[in-house]
Amino acid sequence: MSSGRNSGLTTDSKLARKAATPSSLEKNINRKRGGEVSLNSFAFLFSEIILYSQNRVLGIQDLEQKLGEIGYRVGIRVYELTMLRERVIKRETRVINVLLYINSVVWKFLFGKPADSLEKSTENKDEYMITDNEPLLSKFISVPKEMASFSPCSFVAGIVEAILDSCQCPARVTAHTVPVDGKPHRTVILMKIDKSVLAREERLDTSK
Amino acid sequence: MAKNFRSLGEDVWKTRIERINLEFFVFTYGSLVVQLIKDFEDFDSVNKQLDKIGYNMGVRLIDDFLARTHIKSPTCRDFKAVAEILAKVGFKMYLNIVPTVLSSDNSKCVLQIDDNPFDLNVELSPEMIAGGLWYSNFYCGLIRGALEMVQLSVNVTFLSDVLRGDDTTSLQIDLLKVIDEQVPEGDE
Repeated sequence: MSSGRNSGLTTDSKLARKAATPSSLEKNINRKRGGEVSLNSFAFLFSEIILYSQNRVLGIQDLEQKLGEIGYRVGIRVYELTMLRERVIKRETRVINVLLYINSVVWKFLFGKPADSLEKSTENKDEYMITDNEPLLSKFISVPKEMASFSPCSFVAGIVEAILDSCQCPARVTAHTVPVDGKPHRTVILMKIDKSVLAREERLDTSK
Repeated sequence: MAKNFRSLGEDVWKTRIERINLEFFVFTYGSLVVQLIKDFEDFDSVNKQLDKIGYNMGVRLIDDFLARTHIKSPTCRDFKAVAEILAKVGFKMYLNIVPTVLSSDNSKCVLQIDDNPFDLNVELSPEMIAGGLWYSNFYCGLIRGALEMVQLSVNVTFLSDVLRGDDTTSLQIDLLKVIDEQVPEGDE
């Protein structure tokens, strides 16, 4: 692919040359498939993202929102890429299928393993939960006592929210650290699905 | 000696590194850059902020680096060796790439980064290029921060970037001075 780029076209103008190189859309999406970097590099970068965000917000809630915002942009891209690679060129319309997709495909792409559980809340019918017993992101992070309610996985919540939005299942997504014995970082991603989606689900159920 | 660094880098990468998906990492960096562009008015400030973020990372990353590689100070006899280690061990173990060291002497060196992972699926708009954005500018701060912690005061600048329409991505490291080791007061 790159050999075609270098042959023939020689021009002084940098911009003209840039225009002549194939755009990202023309490149093979599998080019870097399976590529890896050190988890430490990610941990350093992520800690800087948190620090930077923290300096620009007032409270924990704002901080989580800001992290979610950064995660949201990641989520849009993760969704597109995984969807293209799965070769499923159709949009999921049912909430449960979207959730299963996030639980397995997306989690595997991001963290190399599926999430530990996907549950439906028994109390509220619009709430679903994805649980990760040892979130990769929290691995090197210790949250200070005075910020106990902060969950670094708000970033992941942002990713999930973007994917749900992309699938036309808008939801409010939040992350909560819920430690259990031996799993201090256990995190629950709580998804509160929008009313309009639930109404649509009901329609789809009855029309079957 | 040069060969040893390469195999050391390979060895550390293969045996002592936990990994994470490259694309996820790159998307996250991209999202951060977008956030900076939103938060700051001009691209110059974005460059500066990226540099600062890199610096903070570098200062801490060097500890991790030394702990994992067991490189001792006599190995870094001169700046040339430092450049080799940086490219063949440092870049390898954190980003799984090995930049080419071009023209290095004892006061400066040029690194050519082929296949910069951060370029993946990235295109800069003409405004960003005109505004002087160096997309991967955090490299500069990172290298500066890491080397400062081992008593080397350096200045790092980007020379060219594929994303800006150049043929290659390369950066220059100038050694300013070797910082004297100072014993903190009251420390015997």
